Amino acid sequence: MASISLKKLNKSYGALTVVHDIDLEIADKEFIILVGPSGCGKSTTLRMIAGLEEISGGELQIGGDLMNDVPSKDRDIAMVFQNYALYPHMTVYKNMAFGLQLRKVSRDFIDSQVQDAARILDITHLLNRKPKALSGGQRQRVALGRAMVRNPAVFLLDEPLSNLDAKLRGTMRAEITKLHKRLHATFIYVTHDQIEAMTMADRIVVMKDGHIQQVDTPQNLYDRPVNMFVAGFIGAPQMNMMPSVIERRGERYFALFDGRELPLPAHFDRSRIAPYEGRDLVIGIRPENFHELPPADIAPENLAPFSAVMELAEPMGSEIHLNIIAGGRSLIARVSPRFRGAIGDEVKLVVDTTNMQLFDRQTERSILY
Amino acid sequence: MSISNSTIAAGDAPAASRRPSKVLSRRRRKIQSALVAYSFLAPNFLGFAVFTLGPILFAFVLAFMHWDGSNAITFAGLDNFWRLFEDKVFIAAFWNTIIYTVVSVPATLACALGLAILLNQKIFGRDFFRTAMFFPYVASLVAVAVVWNMIFNPEMGPVNMILYTLGLDPKDMPGWAADRHWAMVTVILFGVWKSMGYYMVIYLAGLQGINSELYEAADLDGANSWQKFVYVTVPQLGPTTFFVTVMLTIQSFKVFDQIYMITQGGPGTSTLVLVYHIYNEAFISWDLGYSSMIALVLFFLVLAVTVVQFRRQRED
Ligand SMILES: Nc1ncnc2c1ncn2[C@@H]1O[C@H](COP(=O)(O)OP(=O)(O)OP(=O)(O)O)[C@@H](O)[C@H]1O
Ligand SMILES: [Mg+2]
Repeated sequence: MASISLKKLNKSYGALTVVHDIDLEIADKEFIILVGPSGCGKSTTLRMIAGLEEISGGELQIGGDLMNDVPSKDRDIAMVFQNYALYPHMTVYKNMAFGLQLRKVSRDFIDSQVQDAARILDITHLLNRKPKALSGGQRQRVALGRAMVRNPAVFLLDEPLSNLDAKLRGTMRAEITKLHKRLHATFIYVTHDQIEAMTMADRIVVMKDGHIQQVDTPQNLYDRPVNMFVAGFIGAPQMNMMPSVIERRGERYFALFDGRELPLPAHFDRSRIAPYEGRDLVIGIRPENFHELPPADIAPENLAPFSAVMELAEPMGSEIHLNIIAGGRSLIARVSPRFRGAIGDEVKLVVDTTNMQLFDRQTERSILY
Repeated sequence: MSISNSTIAAGDAPAASRRPSKVLSRRRRKIQSALVAYSFLAPNFLGFAVFTLGPILFAFVLAFMHWDGSNAITFAGLDNFWRLFEDKVFIAAFWNTIIYTVVSVPATLACALGLAILLNQKIFGRDFFRTAMFFPYVASLVAVAVVWNMIFNPEMGPVNMILYTLGLDPKDMPGWAADRHWAMVTVILFGVWKSMGYYMVIYLAGLQGINSELYEAADLDGANSWQKFVYVTVPQLGPTTFFVTVMLTIQSFKVFDQIYMITQGGPGTSTLVLVYHIYNEAFISWDLGYSSMIALVLFFLVLAVTVVQFRRQRED
């Protein structure tokens, strides 16, 4: 059992607090990803769990036991470092076996563990090499293997893929996900790449300035961000943010933006919207909610025409990222690769407001959730 | 020079047929920049040639000559070489040099590394202690040798006073520099103390170059402090240790000044080392041919040891 619980966890360097009262419950065998911009305290939090950084305040429990003052080696964890941290003078085999050798287990057992891990990671042919004779991707596998041989209950990974090229990152993402399923261990994974977070995590923890912003499944984070930061951080290209005012027309509410009237969907909680009637707020619309033609599967009352001036088209192959200007704002729409248009043209799009977001302009918090 | 120019010209051959002037000017520019480099090197090289290379070559020749410095030089063949084997003082000096090196190199290395590890810690007064440990290296040898002789004075020195208060019988008290059994120890202690600060600084630089993630990985692997030292620090310091060992070995083989200041090679021949013997033969006995032969032996000794060290380093 390796559920992990952080209770009001704090880290300060002198007067500077870099991690503020983190509360987090991680279930056994869960794949948790910490994301956030550079310097937000992801690594620090992970390193406190690893025991590499002293805990300034709060409690850390692993498997129900208080771990604040337990040395790293007794926490039943293994860590994969961003720069691999392989022992340069040892062969791959020794790198992987080292932890077990120090724990004085039998040589046969060590050998079977190392061989097993090497087979799973497909590095058997590299076992006699030194790390400097390996490519980045191979080193990453060895680092994973070193963590695996000890069968830890918890794997901690700090940006393990950030030194790899985009293609390799894609394959390693899938491999780590498979590894997680296979090893039956809890994974805590740090990254600033929201694609990694979205594709791999059971739940994502979004952090900013040492505070947790939101903890939820990738889909929920995407669909129901609690504030503008999370909304902007998750999803690429970013959610479009537009200043707006809410007005009521009969039974329905509309968000006004530069003369356009965007109907709020009927499923929105009216009691939450009513207080904002006539007030300034910010609406968020994801790029994929713009369409060239009204989609057949969307209720027509949630669609509104949206014309704008085309600024730039970025063809991605499978789609086009259309940069458009409306109300003096630069927005991005994802349209089909068949789209034709010239810079400066007026483009007539349709916006689907089913998944529109509403934020308080002062607090930047979501009005809806 | 000429090789690099010709390869460039060959590589440019097709271009040369089209634009000969351009290749020519590029070649001229190369020669010019080489000339500039040599002109900057020249003054230093001139000094080296006159004051170092020349005398060394001359000594090589002298080793096979008889010369007292004023009368004519006469050819000696291998006389000087055969004489080495009958010279009891040379044999004593040879072994003393070996003993000095074999003991002082590891001792200095261990002290320098130990100090570096201690003073790499975040301890109170770290900068003060670093300076204090480095100080003997920069201090005047004459001054510190005088102080050293006072501290280790057999009758009145504080070291023996302390040994006395610790209950050591005055009969068994070491006579340090004046005692034929302790003189070598005294000289070695002095050498270690004098140079450990310098190598400590080199080791400090080496320690700071070690990636701290390696220690963290070792922590997670369950290594204790000693295991981290053995499995991370020592291998990571390999290149530093190699450099320090080579420098220390060469330095120990040519030790002279501190022995001159403390024991003058005595008592008897107990601290007489090769360079001291060279000095005696050359400038006391004025037997320049024979002293050059001893110098030649020393040269090949240092060369052999250094070559072996480089070989072993390359194997790792
Ligand atoms: N030893 C230290 N002393 C003072 N401040 C520190 C120290 N170590 C880290 N910090 C600060 O703590 C904050 C969080 O650092 P941390 O390494 O956890 O960020 P991160 O989220 O992992 O960022 P990145 O994505 O760049 O790795 C940063 O603002 C950093 O400047
Ligand atoms: Mg980090």
